Parts: sequence; structure tokens; C-alpha cells
Amino acid sequence: MKVSLFVTCIVDQLFPKVGECTVNVLRRAGCEVEFDDRQTCCGQPAFNSGYRKEAREFAERFIEIFEQSDAEAIVSPSGSCTAMVKHFHELFPDDPAWRERSEKIAAKTYELGTFLVDVLGVEISGSAFDGRVGFHDACHGLRDLGIKKQPRELLQGIDKIELVELPDSEVCCGFGGTFSVKYPEISTQMVDRKIENIEAADLRAIVSCDSSCLMQIGGRLSRNGSKVKAMHLAEILDSHE
Amino acid sequence: MQAQTANNFDKNARAALADPVLQGALQNLASTFGTRRKAAIATVPDWEASRETARSIKSEVLGKLDKYLGAFADNAEANGAKIHWAKDAKEACSIVTGLVKERGAQMVVKSKSMVTEEIHLNHALEAEGVEPVETDLGEWIIQLAEETPSHIVVPAIHKTKRQIAELFAEKVGTDKDANVDELTATARRILRQKFAEATVGISGVNFGVAETGSILILENEGNVRLTTSLPKTHIAVMGIEKLLPKFTDLGVFLELLPRSGTGQRLTAYQSIITGTKKHPDHEGPEELHIVLVDNGRSKMLAHPVTRQSLACIRCGACLNACPVYQSVGGHAYGAVYPGPIGAVITPQLQGLAKAKQLPYASSLCGACREVCPVKIDIPELLLHLRAEITEGTSNGAVTDEKVARRRGESIAFRLYSSMWKTPGRYRFFQKLARTSQRLVARDGKIGKVSGLIASAAPPLGAWTAWRDAPAVAPESFREKWERKLKNGGKAE
Repeated sequence: MKVSLFVTCIVDQLFPKVGECTVNVLRRAGCEVEFDDRQTCCGQPAFNSGYRKEAREFAERFIEIFEQSDAEAIVSPSGSCTAMVKHFHELFPDDPAWRERSEKIAAKTYELGTFLVDVLGVEISGSAFDGRVGFHDACHGLRDLGIKKQPRELLQGIDKIELVELPDSEVCCGFGGTFSVKYPEISTQMVDRKIENIEAADLRAIVSCDSSCLMQIGGRLSRNGSKVKAMHLAEILDSHE
Repeated sequence: MQAQTANNFDKNARAALADPVLQGALQNLASTFGTRRKAAIATVPDWEASRETARSIKSEVLGKLDKYLGAFADNAEANGAKIHWAKDAKEACSIVTGLVKERGAQMVVKSKSMVTEEIHLNHALEAEGVEPVETDLGEWIIQLAEETPSHIVVPAIHKTKRQIAELFAEKVGTDKDANVDELTATARRILRQKFAEATVGISGVNFGVAETGSILILENEGNVRLTTSLPKTHIAVMGIEKLLPKFTDLGVFLELLPRSGTGQRLTAYQSIITGTKKHPDHEGPEELHIVLVDNGRSKMLAHPVTRQSLACIRCGACLNACPVYQSVGGHAYGAVYPGPIGAVITPQLQGLAKAKQLPYASSLCGACREVCPVKIDIPELLLHLRAEITEGTSNGAVTDEKVARRRGESIAFRLYSSMWKTPGRYRFFQKLARTSQRLVARDGKIGKVSGLIASAAPPLGAWTAWRDAPAVAPESFREKWERKLKNGGKAE
């Protein structure tokens, strides 16, 4: 299947390895991967901060670029950015034409794990990760897209891995976009509770579908001098150790 | 302690985080109520269907509120109640204090009611020389401590047993090491005496039934039953949104509310009051006054997005589920209604200008929406309010007072928007970031940034005060793609 990669700005600039692993995993799953380098951001920071006009401009741009692709699916290593694409239609309450275009694009946009499990239905063989991992259910993936079992199924399929269910895996890590810098103390208390569970479980890595949550969890782990690594689902699927 | 208002949520929150006693009191909130709620909803065959039904009943009422209010008023009056209409808090208070004074009461017993907190009824009564006595144990504790509730359902949740024992020792003379049984026995003894003396009882209302003019009040302590039946006069204060069309509609709400709020299958008492005392059962008060309070609600009704705020049945589930509320408690919100629902209702009741921080007091995680028994999309409401702030448009629905634009932020967003919409400028930005981060990045990450750099880039300062930040990668994904990935991993 031909897929068009929506890599997201955060992966492009801060976590390019996640993008590379996503390409590798999609190719191993038998996909032909294309990447349109006119893409930048889905506009979620603007949308979530109340800048609807700016968000609309990002949405229009995104739709125009991805409409030109003949790929059957748009795949992104982010539940949150995928959820934003699914919200695009809300930005055009009085514009049926743009609403329709938004809905068409949204219908073929998938988060990576969901795409592998629900659309392709393939097993990703040949991955190996030697160690205990926990999964953090990123909020938008979990609550907007219903992502819960798909990443766990994929993780179970990795050789040598031991997946542990963490208490409160569904509780927010405290990132919340600008929330993390508007109210850094609250944001940090939230991630600290998460990290208490992570450390108690004696993990080698905490895995999630969103680089933004991983930036929050990983940033705090790093500040604490922890040995636990924050890893994206794509990275762990692309591990061979 | 400084005055806690909705406009200094940031300061209130920091104080709350630094208060070890409060943190101790909040610690078990999520696990206790969250676990009980889960167990309780598991006893309902189809929880989702019940939520749907409840929401559609509320939507029906809110869509035709004038009709249902008219029917409720007619039917309640036909049963002997007297209906009063209050357009705002001031009017509601003056109606109630007027009724109390006409009856010559110097003391009134009150059962727990959020709407009377909202209109600050106790202050109004005190100003008229009337002593209001809160008879719900939690509310009484708060009243003794001269505080405000920090939770919609459990008003004294922020207090520890120890603090309450000390408070009682100071105010009512119990031993400062008294245990919970001794404290509650003392409260009971004092409050029973007040019930025996009172000639006026004031309550809130959980649901009003348009079809019959009945009101339903839920509780666990029996104090509502006493407040509404012992005194000769019962004054019930209710928000205009509390209506349900039919008596049989109560069923689904009785299924949802106690389970969502306290994790109970049903509260210990449910008082359904239809008019005044009648033959042959001789139950209820001789005189029943129902005060219907608008106080900003019809403004919320006017906009299709904000309208859903009025579906709230005040169960408190969103507070218990909210990781922000769990961290800072209710007082940080600086308003009567705290937590996620408070963050959307307060700016609408007080005006955005007086509560402009609250729509941002959320990570938009959606846990509130997930537990809400009437499916209020609180994140959608928060985003709507944020947009009202940035656009300076109130659509006439939320507030008349304009909020000052956030200049720095709006410039930043315009810049982001213009830079990131053009691939060339986006790449330029990437290079600029890579160059400028040389000042602060080490081994691919940025540690604590302070001084001039933090003041020049406040978000970076705020982030790195607590967390390391990833550095902008030396080779972006798009560069990597161009160099090797597009050819299947082989560099050109």
C-alpha cells in the first residue's frame, strides 16, 4: 500500500530518528512510503491556544498538500497530531466545501500503530528489544482516536520484550502543549506521579505513540538522571537488540 | 492568605503545590473516588446508553427551557408552592432574605447547595442579621473555618482529620485529640438543636420536574430531610437549568448522579417534594418557596457550544478525574465552582475578564469528558473560551467585558503561523534555532536555562526549570529523507 508520511514538526525538528524508524517500519510492513517536504505543522498549537484563524490556515495548507497525493493513507507517528487532523472540520463551521475536504483527508489519516494493526493487519516480525517496558496512553490517541490495544499488540510481538501494565497509564503526563510552560509546576507534578510508577516498575523504557508526551516524560527522567529511556513506538519496533 | 480569585490561578496553584498538608489531603482523592466510581458504574447494564439518554433529556430541556420553566412554575404553584424569579445573584439574595425577615427568623438551617454558594447567600443573610447554619457536616466544617468549599460534592476534602479536630476544639470546645466519632457526635448534637429551633429551612435542588412541579434533593446525612420538613417554611433555591420534563426522567439521573459523584449506587436519602403539606399524609413544610435563579445562565444558553455547560448535574466526577484538580485542589480556582467544570462555568458566570486564566488551567487531557455522566465536552468548551479570549469576541454569550489581548502570545502565534506555513521559512527557522541553541545545548539536550536567555525565551525558561529539553536535531527528518531515506536508506 502506498502511504504518505505526515512526520509532524516535532519529530522533524527534535526527534528525526522517530521519523526514520517510522519509515523503516512502514517499509517492513510492505508499504511504499512517500514524503512531501512542503508539509510543516498541523496547527494544533494554534488551535489549542484559541488562535482559530491561524489554525484554519494550517489546516487548509495541510489539506491542499495531502490532497495532491495518490497515496491510500496518510500515516503519522503521533496520536495527537492525527487527532488534530480529525478536528479540522470544526474549523470550518460555515464552509461546507472545506468541511467536506477536511473530512475526506481525516478519513484516510492514521496514527502509526492503528494503521499497522487495524488497517494493514500485519505482524511486524524481526523486532527485538531486551527489557521491561511500560506503555503510556497518550491522551488524544486514547480519548480521541480510541488507541489502546493496538500499540500493546505490536509491543507483544517484539522478541525478548516484557510489557508491564503501569498503574494510571491513562493519566495525562502533564504536557498539554502550552500548558507545560504556562503552568510548569503543575505540569511537573503531573509527570512526577507518572515517573513514580515508571521507576517503581523497574523499566528499561517507557513507550508511547506521541513524541510530545515523550519529550515531557523523557525530559523529566533526564533531569532526574534516570536510566529509563523514553522511546517512541516506532523506535522500539525498529529495534533489533 | 491572599485573596484567591480566579485571576490568580497561577499563584494559588503554586501555593497549593507547596502546601504539604493540602497535598496529603488530596492524595487519595483520585484513587478513592475513581475506584468507587468504577465499581458503581459497573453495576449499570449499559452505562453509555444511560449517558446518552441523560444528555438527550438535558438537550431537550435546554432547547425549550422557557416552555419547561413555565410548566414547572404552573405545576409547582398548583401544588401550593410559591415561585420567585431572580435574574441575578443580588435579586436572588434579596428575595430569600426578604422571605426570611418577613417571617421574623433570626436563624435559618441550610442544607448543602452550590447555587446558594454561587450567589453568596450566607453573606447576604448575615448582613441582614440572620444567622445561617450549614447542616451538611462538610459545609458546617467549612462554615466554622470561615472558608469556602473546595469541591462540589465534598466541600471539606482539602481538610485533614487533624485539622478538623483542631478546628472543633477551637470553635465548639471538643478535645483536640477527639476522634471522628466524637467529632460527628458533637456536630450532630449541636445541629439537632438548631433544627429544633429553626422556623425557616433553605435548600438547593438537584432536579426539578416540569410535569409535576416536584423537586428532588439527594443527600447522605438526613439533614436535607430535616431542613425541608421540620421548619414551617422551606425555601428552595435552584438554577433555571435544573429541570427535567417528566417524573420518569428522574430514573436515569438517579442512576448516573450518585455513581458518578460519590461512587454510590444511590444516596442514603432522596427527598421528592411536591408542593406544601397536604392531607392526608401531613408531610412537608407549610410553606414552600422556590427561587429560580438565572444569574448568567440564559447567556450560556444563547450559544450552541456554551449551552452544554448547563447540562451539568454537579456530580463532581470531573474534579475527581482531573489531574490538575488532583494537584492543586479546589481553592486554587478562586471561585465557587472548581475543577474542569468550574474552569468553564466560572468565566461564563463572572465574565472572562475576571477569570481569564481558568480556560488555560487544563492540559486538555479529556479525562473530564470521559467521566461526565451527561457527556459535556469540557475540552471543547475550554477551547471555545480560549478562542473567545484571543479573538476578543464574546458573541454576546459569555461576557460583556473585553479581555485584554495577550500581546506577546498573539505576536508569537502570528510569527509561528507565518514562518511555518512556508517551507522555506520553516527551514530557515530550523537553521536559526540550530545556530542559536549552541549557547545552551549540550550533548543533544538543553539543561536548565536561566538569566537573560530565559527572559528572552520564557517558554524555554519555564520548560527547562524542571525538565531537560531536546535540542533541535543536527539533521532534521526532511534532510535525512533527502540524503538517504527516499532512496530506501542508501545515501545519495
